[in-house]
Amino acid sequence: MTGRLKKVLLGEQGLVVIFIVAFALVSLLVPNFLTDRNMLGLLQSVVTVGIVACTMMFCLAARDFDLSVGSIVAFAGMVAVMASNATGSILLGLIAAIVCGAVVGWVNGVVIAKFRINALITTLATMQIVRGFALISSGGRAVGINSPDFYQLALSKLLGIPTPIWVLAVLFAIFGFVLNSTVFGKNTLAIGGNPEASRLAGVNVDRTRIWIFTLQGVVCGIAGILLASRITSGQPNAAVGLELSVISACVLGGVSLAGGRATMSGVIVGVLIMGIAENAMNLLNIPAFYQYIVRGVILLLAVLLDNLRSSALGRR
Amino acid sequence: MSFLEFSNITKTYPGVKALSDVSFGVEKGAVHGLMGENGAGKSTLIKILSGDQHADAGEISIDGKIQVYASTRDAFDNGVIVIHQELQLVPELSVAENLSLGRFPASAGVIARRRMLDDVGAKLKSAGIDIDMRRKVKTLSIGERQMVEIAKAVMLDARVIALDEPTSSLSSRESEILFKLIDRLRGEGKVILYVSHRLDEVFRLCDSLTVLRDGKLAAHHQSLKDVTRDQVVAEMVGREISDIWGFRPRKAGEVRLKVDNLSGARLRTPASFEARAGEIVGFFGLIGAGRSELMRLVFGADPRSGGTITVDGKAVAAASPHDAIRAGVVLCSEDRKHDGIIQGRSIEENINISSRRHHTRFGMLSRTSEIATAETFIKKLKVRTPSRKQDIVNLSGGNQQKVILGRWLSEQNICVLIVDEPTRGIDVGAKSEIYELLYRLAEEGMAIVVVSSELPEVMGICDRILVMCGGRINAELARDQFAEKAILAAALPDKKTPDAIAS
Repeated sequence: MTGRLKKVLLGEQGLVVIFIVAFALVSLLVPNFLTDRNMLGLLQSVVTVGIVACTMMFCLAARDFDLSVGSIVAFAGMVAVMASNATGSILLGLIAAIVCGAVVGWVNGVVIAKFRINALITTLATMQIVRGFALISSGGRAVGINSPDFYQLALSKLLGIPTPIWVLAVLFAIFGFVLNSTVFGKNTLAIGGNPEASRLAGVNVDRTRIWIFTLQGVVCGIAGILLASRITSGQPNAAVGLELSVISACVLGGVSLAGGRATMSGVIVGVLIMGIAENAMNLLNIPAFYQYIVRGVILLLAVLLDNLRSSALGRR
Repeated sequence: MSFLEFSNITKTYPGVKALSDVSFGVEKGAVHGLMGENGAGKSTLIKILSGDQHADAGEISIDGKIQVYASTRDAFDNGVIVIHQELQLVPELSVAENLSLGRFPASAGVIARRRMLDDVGAKLKSAGIDIDMRRKVKTLSIGERQMVEIAKAVMLDARVIALDEPTSSLSSRESEILFKLIDRLRGEGKVILYVSHRLDEVFRLCDSLTVLRDGKLAAHHQSLKDVTRDQVVAEMVGREISDIWGFRPRKAGEVRLKVDNLSGARLRTPASFEARAGEIVGFFGLIGAGRSELMRLVFGADPRSGGTITVDGKAVAAASPHDAIRAGVVLCSEDRKHDGIIQGRSIEENINISSRRHHTRFGMLSRTSEIATAETFIKKLKVRTPSRKQDIVNLSGGNQQKVILGRWLSEQNICVLIVDEPTRGIDVGAKSEIYELLYRLAEEGMAIVVVSSELPEVMGICDRILVMCGGRINAELARDQFAEKAILAAALPDKKTPDAIAS
C-alpha cells in the first residue's frame, strides 16, 4: 500500500494528485469554499502571480533567475496609469506599459547573457533600480486613474467570468504551447538541461536568454496593467515580494531551479495550490501572520517532495 | 598525405610536456586506434582535435586543408565530432529532440513534429540504431545514450569521429551494437579515431594503430596484421624503470589499516585489504576500476553500505572525512584542483584548514601557532614559494601536492596516508621528492596506500600491489612477484562486469 502510494506521489503526475486531494479536502472542510463567488475570487487573487509565473517558468527552466518582476509590475502599472492620464488614450497607456516592461526585461537579458553577470545579482540590481523609477515618477504617491474605462479592464466580464481571468487562461495556453511545441521552448529546456550540449548543437544560447527576459518583461507589463486597473490606481509600492511568490509557485509546480525541467500544467497547479492555501486560510479567519508560516512550510514540503522524486528517478 | 593528418603536435602544460612532436596520419574509411597509458597524451590529443585546447606547435589537416579551430564549435562545424565519456545530451528532451537540437524543422517557430520524427527516424534506420526516438533521454540506459550520441555524429554527416573510451560503461551486448555501428560508419568512408585501453577491442575494430607514451609517439602501425598484443603492451609500457624511484626496503610492522568487505553505492563488490606500518601498498588499475571509489569509502567521503574499517585495532565509524581524520586516516584525492586545493586562498590557509582546531587558545585562533605550522611544513616539504601568503593556484602541481601533504601531516596523529594519483601532472623532479617523502613517512611508521594508473610508478615505489578491475580486487602481488605482464593482465578486463561499478 505504501509502496503504491509512494509511486503515485513521486510519479510525473504526483503533484496533480496532491492538488486534487487538497482541493477535495478543502472543499469538504472549509465552509463557503466551493461557491461560484469564492472560486472566481480565488482565481482573481492568483492572476498576477499566475501571469508572471508563465515566463518565470522559462527563466528558471533556462537556469536563470529573475528577482525584478515585482518592481517591473509596479513600474508598468504606474506607466500605464500616467501615460493614459497624460495622453487621454488608454491604448497608448497600455502600449507604453508593455514597452517599458519589455525594455527592462531586455536590459536584464543583455546584461546577463552578453556581459555574463550572474542573473541573481543583475535582477537584484534592476529590482531596486526599477522600484526607484516607480517611486520617482510619482513622487512616491499613488496616482489615480482619470478615465473610468480603465477600471473596466479588471471589472468587465465575458460569459460571467472577469477579463483578468480570461487573460490568465489565454496566457497559460499560449505559454504552454510555446514551451512544448516551438523551437524557442525546446531551446529553453535544452539550455537549462545542458548548456554546453546546446551550444555545441548550434543553439543561439545568448539570444534565447535575452528573449526569455524580454518576454518576462512584456508579461510583467500585462500583469502590471491588470493590477493597476484592479486597485484603481498606479501604486509605486505595489507587488512588493511578488518575485518570491512567483518563484515559489513555479517550484511548487515542479520547475527545477537547476534548469531543464518545467511543465505548464505543473506551474498552473503550483499557482493554484498557493491560491487555495491563502484563500482557505482567509475563509478560516487565520490571521495573516500565520499565513506566512503556512506558505513557507508548503514550499519546503514541495521542494522535499521534488528532491525525493528526483532521487527516485535517479535510482531507476 | 593522409585524409586526417597530425603533424608535429606539441603541447606543454605548466611543468609537464603533454605532447611532443607527435605526427601520424589516418586514411579515409579507417578505424584508427589510439592507445597508451593514462597520462600518455591521448586525451590531450583529442582535446586539440576537438578545438578545446590549442597546440603550442604543429598542425592538424583534414583532406589537405589545415584546420584552425577557435572553439569546439568550430571543430564541430568542420565535421569533427568528439564523443566524450561524459555525454553531451539534454536529459529532459526526447531522443528526436536531442538529435534535432540546433536545427529543428519548423515553420514560424513552431516545430514540425511530424517532419522531425520522420527525418530522425530515417537517419536512425539507415544507421541501424534501434531506439524509440520519442523517449526522453533521461529514461535511457547509459548504453542507449551512447548510441544517441553517436547518432548525433551520423545526423551531422561528420567527417572525423573521435570516440574516447566509448565502451567503458557499456555492457557486452551494447558494445557489440556499437561495434557494428562503427563498422558501418567505416564503410561510409568516415575517419574514426578510437581511444581505448582494451586490446581486445582495438584488435577487433581497428585497421591501424598509434601508441603514445609520455607524450611521444611510441609506435605507429599501418596495419595490425603482424602486430601482437604483447608487442603493443610493450610499446605502451616501454620505458625502463630507471632510478627516479629510489626505492628503499623497509620492514613492515603491525597492521595499521584493515578494511573488511567494504562496499558502497559506487563499489558494489565488497573489497578487503590491509596495510601495515612502514608499508607502501599500491593500487593499480585502469580508470574506472573502482580504486578511487574504494579509497573514498575508506576516508568516509562517500557513505558505505557495508563492511568495517579498523585502524590500529579500533573500529572506525568513518561516516565522514571528519571521523576518518580523527581516527588518523587521510586522503589526498586524485582531483587536486577540485577536491584538494582551496583556490584563491594562501598556502598558509591551505595547510591549516584541517588541523585548525589544534591552533586555538580559549576558542581563539592563535596566529603565531598557524604561521609556525605553515612555515614548518613549507620548509620540511620544500615547497617552492616566495612566501606562505602566496595564493595556492600560483604554485606548480608538485608544490600544490606538497601543500596538501603538509595539510595532513600537520594533523600530527596520522597513521594511514592514502594518496590517489599522487604524481599526476607533476614533473619528474617533484615526483622524486614526493616519493622520498612517502618513504620517510613509511619509515616513521605510517601505513601508506598509493593509488596510481602509472604502472612503472606502483612497481617502482610499492612494497605490495593490489590490482583492481571492474570494481573488484583481482590480484595481489608482493614486490618479488612484480611483473608488468601479470599486473596488466589482471587490470585489463577480458570479460566485462559492468554491474560491478554503478555508473
